[in-house]
Amino acid sequence: MKTYKDIFAHKGKTALIPFFVLGDPDMDTSYDIIKTAIDSGADILELGIPFSDPIADGPTIQKADIRALNQGMNCHKAFELIQRIKAYKDIPIGLLMYYNLIWHYGVDAFYQDAAKVGVNSVLIADLSIDDADEILPITKQVGMDTVFMVTPITSLQRKQQVADKTTGFIYTVSLLGVTGTRDQVSGSVAGLVQEIKAITDLPVCVGFGVSSSEHARAIALAGADGVIIGSKLVGLIETHLDNKPDMLKAIGQFIQEVREALDQ
Amino acid sequence: MKHRGRYGDFGGFYVPEVLIPVLEALEAAFDRYKDDAQFTAELALLSRDYAGRPTPLYRSPALSDIVGCHVYLKREDLMHGGAHKLNNGLGQGLLAKYMGKKKLIAETGAGQHGLATATIGAMMGMEVKIFMGTTDIERQMPNVQKMKLMGAEVIPVEGASGTLKDAINDALRYWTAHVDDTFYLFGTAAGPHPYPAIVKHFQEVISLEARQQCLDQCGKLPTLVTACVGGGSNAIGTFAHFIQDEGVRLVGVEAAGYGLDTGKHAATLQRGSVGVLHGARSYVLQDKDGQIIESHSISAGLDYPGIGPEHSHLKETGRADYVGATDDEVLDTFLLLTRKEGIFPAFESAHAVAWILTQAGQFKPDDVVIINLSGRGDKDVDSFIQYRPDSVL
Repeated sequence: MKTYKDIFAHKGKTALIPFFVLGDPDMDTSYDIIKTAIDSGADILELGIPFSDPIADGPTIQKADIRALNQGMNCHKAFELIQRIKAYKDIPIGLLMYYNLIWHYGVDAFYQDAAKVGVNSVLIADLSIDDADEILPITKQVGMDTVFMVTPITSLQRKQQVADKTTGFIYTVSLLGVTGTRDQVSGSVAGLVQEIKAITDLPVCVGFGVSSSEHARAIALAGADGVIIGSKLVGLIETHLDNKPDMLKAIGQFIQEVREALDQ
Repeated sequence: MKHRGRYGDFGGFYVPEVLIPVLEALEAAFDRYKDDAQFTAELALLSRDYAGRPTPLYRSPALSDIVGCHVYLKREDLMHGGAHKLNNGLGQGLLAKYMGKKKLIAETGAGQHGLATATIGAMMGMEVKIFMGTTDIERQMPNVQKMKLMGAEVIPVEGASGTLKDAINDALRYWTAHVDDTFYLFGTAAGPHPYPAIVKHFQEVISLEARQQCLDQCGKLPTLVTACVGGGSNAIGTFAHFIQDEGVRLVGVEAAGYGLDTGKHAATLQRGSVGVLHGARSYVLQDKDGQIIESHSISAGLDYPGIGPEHSHLKETGRADYVGATDDEVLDTFLLLTRKEGIFPAFESAHAVAWILTQAGQFKPDDVVIINLSGRGDKDVDSFIQYRPDSVL
């Protein structure tokens, strides 16, 4: 199974990491969307399991959650979908989700089942390093990597603590706020990436607000090892809900554009 | 390192990373000022001269007759603004001022906490944004208008049900983007640490007063103390100083809505299971997949599928009992208290009174029962008349 290490071993290449909500807008279309993303140049997938109360997400991903939930998406179905994706291509997959779903499933059982279908890491939006003791033993036991977040207001000391608990990559939140598209990349990204690079050799990936190939390029030039693009892509699903071929085409085109910008 | 703010295994700090430094700064400020001489003196003065504390403990002859013992009402409804919410509003508002924050945001269900925050904003000259569900805006219009008159901006929140849960979600989202200059004045004893501790600290004045008033007026402690429970702020304030009095039974009354077994209620402690919502581990109403379920209550202030973590702990340890009152019982009680005592109880507070009425004949004649009448029901008069048009014919 491909690991994050395999991907980030290619020095000088910035990883392209699209985010989608599993089951958005329905199981089969979701599979086709993710397949398109893989074919268009994604290196890693960041996938969400929808939650009723996503407090770290803006309107675009909230709506995607609702679409997926209305189709009956849950953790079990998410694992089935991941299994299909992994069967199509061995690509590293990180889950990005909220703690209640894991707690309710049973923490140990969740990690065991996720590992079985080939999930590489689980980033829990509302579980910080302070409570990581609740998930670290089982993460290690099932052989998964850890991913934690750093934000523009995370102190230097805490960045070091985050790095100490991370084995996969550091998810750098580029701005203060929730997920969503933005007109420009936050000016503080370059400094933030450099600060983290100065204290750790872990890969640093940047997400939140990345909305164009220019943004992605700017983040790559700032020294990031990966770029995570969520709301922009999820927004393309929303605008093409009534025409699936157009939806897949728009998503494929956008990811190819970003791929080219990153590989320049 | 685990943060403080645990009640047994409940509570905690389950929030996005961006909020961690902000909550740590809030915790530090709270620790620094809560016993600070200047802070406590200023709060005491405002509580007395601005808000009207202490509130009276009133023996209700009508309720005493029906129930068969001495039934007292702790009159939080007489506080400025018409509910206990201002206790916390003043405390956190002052904390915001001491922290140098100029902007307040708050969520509100019934509008009472929004009103308290708007009140503080007007009095202290701070900019106020209130997040309120669209369903709640509709059913609590008098409070919405009052908030606007006091200069607050009311931000409608659609969400899944347009109620308190959605308002909290959006207030948290707004806060993550404005943490540098904005103070989130959280209204109930839920949410991430340190909020449950802060809200309890500023609400426990209710039981501090009630306990002494009971000793002064009755010469003994009460047999039972009860309060309605939504998120749990008035209940935790009402219980706080009685928790160590082992002989005093504590009862929280949840919104049983159409009935505890109808699926249409907000009885989180009686029908929920343990989960993580809005930053804390506590009981929540959730489905088989762990998705949060929409609650139902006639009272916007109790219409919440979560509960403060200390209540979960009080339930687990058996120190407090949690029961329910239905929408219909609440309407009956609203009318009874209006007709027999000339008091309009808030729909929220009427839950506690309604449950006591079901206990008629269960007490010894010289027993003393204290009900926290957490708010007044002027805001609910229009709704009541819609539910019971015959009562004004």
